[in-house]
Amino acid sequence: MPPELLRMIITAVLVVAFVFLNAMILGYMERKISAHIQRRPGLMEVGPHGVLQLIVDGLKLIGKQLVVPEGSSPFLFRLAPLLSFAPCVLPFVVIPFSRKLQAVSMDVGLIYILAMTSINVVAVLVAGWASNNKYSLFGTFRSVAQAVSYEIPMLLSLLAVIMMTSSFSLEGIIEAQKYYWFILIQPVAFIIYFVSGLAETNRAPFDLPEAESELTAGFHTEYSGMGFSFFFLAEYANMFTVCSIATILFLGGWKGIPLPFYDYSGIIWFLLKVYGLLFVMIWARWTYPRVRFDQLMTFCWKYLIPFSMANLLITAIMVKII
Amino acid sequence: METAKEQAAQYTLEPATDIPKSNHYYLNMGPQHPSTHGVLRVLLEMDGEYVIKAQPVLGYGHRMHEKMAEHKNWMAFMPNTGRMDYAAALPFNHGYAALFERLCNIEVPERAEYIRVITSELNRLVSHHLWLGAFLLDLGAFTPILYTFDDREQVLDILEDITGSRLTYCYFRVGGVCKDIDDKFVERTRAYIKRQRERFKVYNELVTGNIIFLKRVEGVGIISPEMARRYGATGPVVRGSGIAYDIRKAEPYSVYDRFDFEIPTGTTGDSLDRYLVRLEEMEQSLRIIEQALEQLPDGPYLGKVPKKLKLPTGDANFAVEAARGELSYYLVSGGGDMPYRLKIRVPSYSNLSLLPELAQGMLIADLVAAMGSLDLVIPEIDR
Repeated sequence: MPPELLRMIITAVLVVAFVFLNAMILGYMERKISAHIQRRPGLMEVGPHGVLQLIVDGLKLIGKQLVVPEGSSPFLFRLAPLLSFAPCVLPFVVIPFSRKLQAVSMDVGLIYILAMTSINVVAVLVAGWASNNKYSLFGTFRSVAQAVSYEIPMLLSLLAVIMMTSSFSLEGIIEAQKYYWFILIQPVAFIIYFVSGLAETNRAPFDLPEAESELTAGFHTEYSGMGFSFFFLAEYANMFTVCSIATILFLGGWKGIPLPFYDYSGIIWFLLKVYGLLFVMIWARWTYPRVRFDQLMTFCWKYLIPFSMANLLITAIMVKII
Repeated sequence: METAKEQAAQYTLEPATDIPKSNHYYLNMGPQHPSTHGVLRVLLEMDGEYVIKAQPVLGYGHRMHEKMAEHKNWMAFMPNTGRMDYAAALPFNHGYAALFERLCNIEVPERAEYIRVITSELNRLVSHHLWLGAFLLDLGAFTPILYTFDDREQVLDILEDITGSRLTYCYFRVGGVCKDIDDKFVERTRAYIKRQRERFKVYNELVTGNIIFLKRVEGVGIISPEMARRYGATGPVVRGSGIAYDIRKAEPYSVYDRFDFEIPTGTTGDSLDRYLVRLEEMEQSLRIIEQALEQLPDGPYLGKVPKKLKLPTGDANFAVEAARGELSYYLVSGGGDMPYRLKIRVPSYSNLSLLPELAQGMLIADLVAAMGSLDLVIPEIDR
């Protein structure tokens, strides 16, 4: 077997394994953190402090029947979860977990990740359309409008960093943060990016596509078993991707206090930062009420986009002067 | 003979309008929907996310309580009253017991009246806690419901000790209550009042000042005083619109005229006002309980009532302030020990009846917020 092929297979296996592991860790985190925020113990039954609960849940979901609703389009209905899941795995290939732990080094790594994460919208569109359910369709309309709007401030805030480093390569951006993290000179961009990231991943308070009290479950109302769990996996994978971009661009990626075998052990710093951001995401979800849809759009078009534009302009001028 | 199917066909629903415009469509909100809190079905005619017309469809939880009352003596029907409004059962007990006392001229011992007031107000707190959590859940905040349920649990424990049940109470009797309260009850209630006052600060910090919450409820679902009057809305709904109408003050029953408390009112009549009114009402309930515990007299807790109550021919009406508004019982008696007819006027029914007018032109998210602020209990509407 040629070494290149072997490397590809190992990478693919590791990446998919990591996506599943991440979903499990995040699922556990979410349920435990929400439980403690709500002053209850949360998972306690399966394994010590319920650590094995998510595995059992996964098995349960695999064993469940995927019910295809009457009047739906069976092919599209079955396609949508896969369409949602597959592109979410791909960004993990280019994420530099540490100096050496990166499957593929790409000059346009950032663009590649952003391109992959935006495919999710298509999956949501297909899922909502194929379900033949008005609530699903509602969720889809909202999701598409939301994702398309929030991509603009998200990209604009990232562009400010790109201007400073003049590189789309993720390693290049990390290397540029040798002396200080970019959050110190680009705090506005970081906040805008993080808020847009919450909206991109449909997390509360921007979880309108799946607003339970209004739309029962939004675009995945009709999904059961693995159909549902693929959306679930995709959501958690997307959250990880969004937070790892934030870590790479604003928090110095794997940089931290040097550890032994730093070329590899940088992953510890990287994961700490990413899961720290994820904790904030979960924290926000269990604290705030949900915004209304028109307020969400107003917030994006009237506040986030002008602010990110201004931030970009100021950055451009500063880069030119310095 | 008509088949069941033919019979069912007669009861098909009229569409909200005859022919929907091409871009309008119908959406069934309920009977199973997370934010209709029970089996309420609202048929919506929608244009995108805007509600053009809303039509509540009732009867999914119809249990013929009024008809059952005609075939039972007062004691046999007493448990039914607690099952109409499961969130605040004691005022329903109260109205029904007091109705027979008025009809048959039965004296109620003073201590019993105090116990009734204390437990009814505790039950109002239970109900408002449930509403607070559920309302915020409707707005997408998942956490407050567990906080309010924690506090609600404290009251439920106190009530459980003396009434024996936690939800569908059957505690009041004609002529008093079925069990006396003891020092332990008084002590626990005092401790609870102290704790609850601290908890209001938490609610205010977590919810009332939150900008997302304010954006969702301010100016949403405005009910003008004129509209509230027209539909006969009562309780926090009409008080939110600025009308200080409360049976406890308007026609004081029991011993409510002996306490010093205020009726909170809103100014604009939006969902935020109804929220603030209910929060303030909880505080006023605590004040009433405090005063009642101070003044609590000694004496019997159950008056002298004949074993078999003979109803005189005639009619009687009794209104109490339930957690959701004015609850009134009207009884017509033709002698014997069972009523000829019992009419129950429940607050949620009139509060719901203003929904179609309220919902016109609303966003569906606002409809959920407005409906949550009405605090509907469906079994009470369907009876």
